[in-house]
Amino acid sequence: MSNWLRGATASLVILGLWQGAILIWSLPSFILPAPMAVFEVLISRWPMLWSHTWVTAQEVLIGLALGVSIGLYFALLMLLFRPVKQWLLPILIASQAIPVFAIAPILMLWLDYGIASKVAMAAIIIFFPVTTCCFDGLRSTPSGYLDLAQTLNANRWRTLWHIQLPAALPALGSGLRVAVVVAPIGAVVGEWVGSSAGLGYLMLQANARMRIDEMFAALFILSLFSVALYFSVDWLLKRSLPWHSQ
Amino acid sequence: MRQGFAISIQADALRYTKQAQPVLQDLVMQLPAQQWTCLLGRSGCGKTSILRKLAGLLENAQWQGKIETDGQPLSGNIAYMAQQDLLLPWLSVLDNVCIAERLQGRSLTQDLRDKALLLLDKVGLKAHADNYPHTLSGGMRQRVALARTLLQERPIVLMDEPFSALDAVTRHKLQSLSFELLQGKTVLLVTHDPQEAVRLGHQIYVMEGSPANAHLLAGLASTPPRQLDEHSAALQNDILHRLGGEHV
Repeated sequence: MSNWLRGATASLVILGLWQGAILIWSLPSFILPAPMAVFEVLISRWPMLWSHTWVTAQEVLIGLALGVSIGLYFALLMLLFRPVKQWLLPILIASQAIPVFAIAPILMLWLDYGIASKVAMAAIIIFFPVTTCCFDGLRSTPSGYLDLAQTLNANRWRTLWHIQLPAALPALGSGLRVAVVVAPIGAVVGEWVGSSAGLGYLMLQANARMRIDEMFAALFILSLFSVALYFSVDWLLKRSLPWHSQ
Repeated sequence: MRQGFAISIQADALRYTKQAQPVLQDLVMQLPAQQWTCLLGRSGCGKTSILRKLAGLLENAQWQGKIETDGQPLSGNIAYMAQQDLLLPWLSVLDNVCIAERLQGRSLTQDLRDKALLLLDKVGLKAHADNYPHTLSGGMRQRVALARTLLQERPIVLMDEPFSALDAVTRHKLQSLSFELLQGKTVLLVTHDPQEAVRLGHQIYVMEGSPANAHLLAGLASTPPRQLDEHSAALQNDILHRLGGEHV
């Protein structure tokens, strides 16, 4: 069965169960709106939904770029300078022990209610998996490649550029796959704590006004965005690293 | 082409870190210029360590002894072929053959590309120059590794069981091809296979004992590559006896 067919079948089953639950337990629309009601909101309020989606998408994409860059930078720093690793790694691990919800209000205070605080949230939530995956990839270069580089008199930087970095790409790809799934969480949490736009903000507003169908529409867009982002990155990685997907 | 030069190895002792007992002791080997020297021994006897010492790759070990050449340094004059082909999967076959240029920070000239293509032609893989290693079979990949070794034009070639992962027919073909293309180089081939050693070696050292030292095998009158006849069968038996003799 092709991926598309499998995805369509799974979606239909979920929609069927959703509609079935409403019919069996006679759930009111303010508890669980019908799929069709959510679809109608998606169509009728699309311009408003799109404007909020665009804000969240920007936060996620910029956060991803920032988080991946920081992750890569830390991984290289730890590889190249052993004392940095000994100091930095415990700090990085400790930083992950603090819940992102606890950091969000502080970021609002420091970076204001605009896009910057949400970008920072998304970046903070993803840089750790990117750092660890990339660092693992960099230090797990097959020893034979390093032997080859040494017998060819390659210096440290050329070995890093031509061998260690490309060899770490599959591991970095694994980090990236995790990052694209969790980055929207960071952005939405940021929007919940304080914002004036974005899907997280829209969900809070819709909830407060008992517009549950609108809330579900925002949730649907957010899920679709995350899934689309994951599969786009996955497709891109498989195309860029053909030897790894063999 | 730079011709291979002779190397003299004298290992008084080789100890791995945190091991009191040396792996090698009082080992003396001569690698004659432009000839193939095969080195056989049981697993863990230190034969790969000798090769890695020559290649400047020996780590976590304490080496006492000396390595002498006829005035030329080993560094920069050694090409290394391992059991794995060590082809970089993100580069095409042609780029893999020319990897030394990238790693030494030189630009890839058209002359060099032509030379690499010529070598790929010699190993029968010119049509695959733009393919990636994962599309090739094990034998083809080792032929690319051979072309990469040849392009470096280094006088000493160190081979660490480069044919051991191949099937019998591919191994036989690649042995012949390597012997033909590495003419004029000083080659040290580490192998587990007595037949391979008898077929290719101008001289054969067998490592015996614990701590190990190397014994030069007598009776290699003919020049390689040798046919697999009665005489070579007797030599193989002799090697097997020596390798297993420690437990007789």
